[in-house]
Amino acid sequence: MLHNREELQKARQVYAEALNAEEKKILVCAGTGCVSSGSLEIFDKLTQLMQEKGISCSVELEQEPHHDVVGMKKSGCHGFCEMGPLIRIEPQGWLYVKVKPEDCEEIVEKTISNGEHIERLAYQKGKTICQKQDDIPFYKKQTRLVLNHCGHIDANSIKEYLAVGGYSAFEKALFDMTADEIITEISESNLRGRGGGGFPAGRKWAQVKRQTEPQKYVVCNGDEGDPGAFMDRSIMEGDPHSLLEGMMIAALSCGANEGYIYVRAEYPMAVNRLRTAIAQAKEAGLLGNNILGTEFSFDIHISRGAGAFVCGEGSALTASIEGKRGMPRVKPPRTVEHGLFDKPTVLNNVETYANVPLIINKGAAWYKTIGPENSPGTKAFALTGNIVNTGLIEVPMGTTLREIIFEIGGGMRDGGEFKAVQIGGPSGGCLTKDDLDLPLDFDSLTKAGAMIGSGGLVVMDDKTCMVEVARFFMNFTQNESCGKCVPCREGTKRMLAILERIVNGEGEDGDIEMLLELADTISATALCGLGKTAAFPVVSTIKSFRDEYEAHIYQKRCPAGACQKLKQIYIVPELCKGCSKCSRICPVTAISGKVKEPFVIDQSKCIKCGACIESCPFHAIKEA
Amino acid sequence: MKQAFDFTAVDKIIDEIGAQPSSIIAILQGIQEKYRYLPQEVFPYMAERLGVSEARIYSVATFYENFSLEPKGKFVIKVCDGTACHVRKSIPILERLRSDLGLSEDKATTDDLGFTVETVSCLGACGLAPVLTVNDKVYPAMTPDKASELLEQLKEEL
Repeated sequence: MLHNREELQKARQVYAEALNAEEKKILVCAGTGCVSSGSLEIFDKLTQLMQEKGISCSVELEQEPHHDVVGMKKSGCHGFCEMGPLIRIEPQGWLYVKVKPEDCEEIVEKTISNGEHIERLAYQKGKTICQKQDDIPFYKKQTRLVLNHCGHIDANSIKEYLAVGGYSAFEKALFDMTADEIITEISESNLRGRGGGGFPAGRKWAQVKRQTEPQKYVVCNGDEGDPGAFMDRSIMEGDPHSLLEGMMIAALSCGANEGYIYVRAEYPMAVNRLRTAIAQAKEAGLLGNNILGTEFSFDIHISRGAGAFVCGEGSALTASIEGKRGMPRVKPPRTVEHGLFDKPTVLNNVETYANVPLIINKGAAWYKTIGPENSPGTKAFALTGNIVNTGLIEVPMGTTLREIIFEIGGGMRDGGEFKAVQIGGPSGGCLTKDDLDLPLDFDSLTKAGAMIGSGGLVVMDDKTCMVEVARFFMNFTQNESCGKCVPCREGTKRMLAILERIVNGEGEDGDIEMLLELADTISATALCGLGKTAAFPVVSTIKSFRDEYEAHIYQKRCPAGACQKLKQIYIVPELCKGCSKCSRICPVTAISGKVKEPFVIDQSKCIKCGACIESCPFHAIKEA
Repeated sequence: MKQAFDFTAVDKIIDEIGAQPSSIIAILQGIQEKYRYLPQEVFPYMAERLGVSEARIYSVATFYENFSLEPKGKFVIKVCDGTACHVRKSIPILERLRSDLGLSEDKATTDDLGFTVETVSCLGACGLAPVLTVNDKVYPAMTPDKASELLEQLKEEL
């Protein structure tokens, strides 16, 4: 239990010494990705092997510095999920990828005991072997500030967080700054909400501070529901204390004494790590009453979502914490005035809070040197889809798509051709080849008709049908529509029905115009952000890929060859020997003919399963 | 006659979390973890203990996708159909699981209460797409064949 500032500083110093004393460290990635690829088994195996061989290793940082032990740590997500399980070896900075339990013996023997590098476990790009993590192109181009601790310290340990300077920003804010000074610093840094909206965080905090109501709340939105996004999950799992620290600073600035973190139910590991982190902070006296001997009292609770995308919307989220149906309400009044339990509330996203300690520590002037002036700082993106390197990345705002996709992402997978990238999830839009040099920041994207959203980047190749992608998102939004307002509830249903007809080859003249008209109405009249943006993926794909829509509607053809119903399977009469094999294998008896004469497929019966194609010994059945 | 429902476990959950209306979701989650669904008996009981209407609790239980009023299988398989998994072909996996188990979109649970198959909108493991989870354990980079194999393994544990 830390009672005052001196004790906190002392603790930080003691743990820093202990951490620095550990000459060798093995950081096993314990993010959701690597855990599901088996990283925890590797952690146990390595620990067990070292014990058997009499190598002393410590799985928890102790106060006394030990020089000859190997520090074994379960770290946060390294980001390179595709290559998992990942292991980082310190002090060399080596990264081993796709490690299997069978490799553990060799790692202990060669790397830990003798300091030798094992080449076959290193990342290879073509003929180049990247020994160090920083040599890998995936990492080279990144600027990891918010994700700096992820992969470098034990995610479950407040001691290691303290050892790397943790809670020093909170300390500075608590003892050396007034509430107004904190707000000024954040405002000057121009930190904008990373949840998608891009609203300046400092302004939000100032508005809450102005409220005269004594009870105020600080709420963290960890309901990262956009399909294809997992930045916030990685921060909650990999560096939970930085999130807590950011919330504590926000609470100091606006005078709140209670905080909530709303985490979606699909993230059980994030919930566990946050619970541990909160318990550790309480035990250390960094949360609770009269923190570090001051007047400031603050406590944080966790609220688990129950599977509703709409709860990522501010007023729906607070309703859900209150134990109600998560449905948005009409605004104003805004959350800053009447938020959680009808009290003034600061509501920010995980990544936004995680930026706060950095800004307080290093100052707004430093922060503004990163990225463009009107949206400074970095942004974490989840890079997924038909791309070589999938994973979690962090780059300065204003980095171009080309750099992200072709340099960090390593280009397209399986030799596909880049077609589009979907950004901002179901509220976002598609960017195409023409946008590759567009800087990714809040304002440029809005201008291009997309939005940064929470930061999911799904890269699509030429075999992806854009109409089908639009249908997919509309299906998602329609499913997740809470049903409170008519435009969203009914409008998305109508749009989905039209899109389904189009991909099924039943599109009609006028469908595109109808989609655009519906989109316009929904955007203008829906109650909340989910509804207002529901039509964006459709509008954006029509704008960039109108020809694909037209091919579906007028020629009943899918240019990407992805839409099942638009495929035509036919028998080439010249190649068919009339063996009747296909007609016997067809599950719906769509193929008929006389033996030794060419067979034909009845298109009205065919379900396009493709079984006949595989069965034909003469390769006479083709797909178009 | 139907056996009387034993509320001891429910009481324990409510006492641990606290009997206030803002805890409805947390309590329902606790109950669902215990029974794998929300037995209808708990609604009037919770309403009385929390001092709210039964309709309020029912409205919450039916709003959130994670709550089920129907019993679920011992193994709940969730196939991710988030964007990343979708573009890396998650639907054929779902179809294989359903056909192997004789399930469909309308029938999610096998009659012996062994398996429930459902979709989930993004588990956040997009780097490993396509993924599915079995009772919250994530299985990465799945294919229809791997899914069938997994089913065989799980059947032995039934």
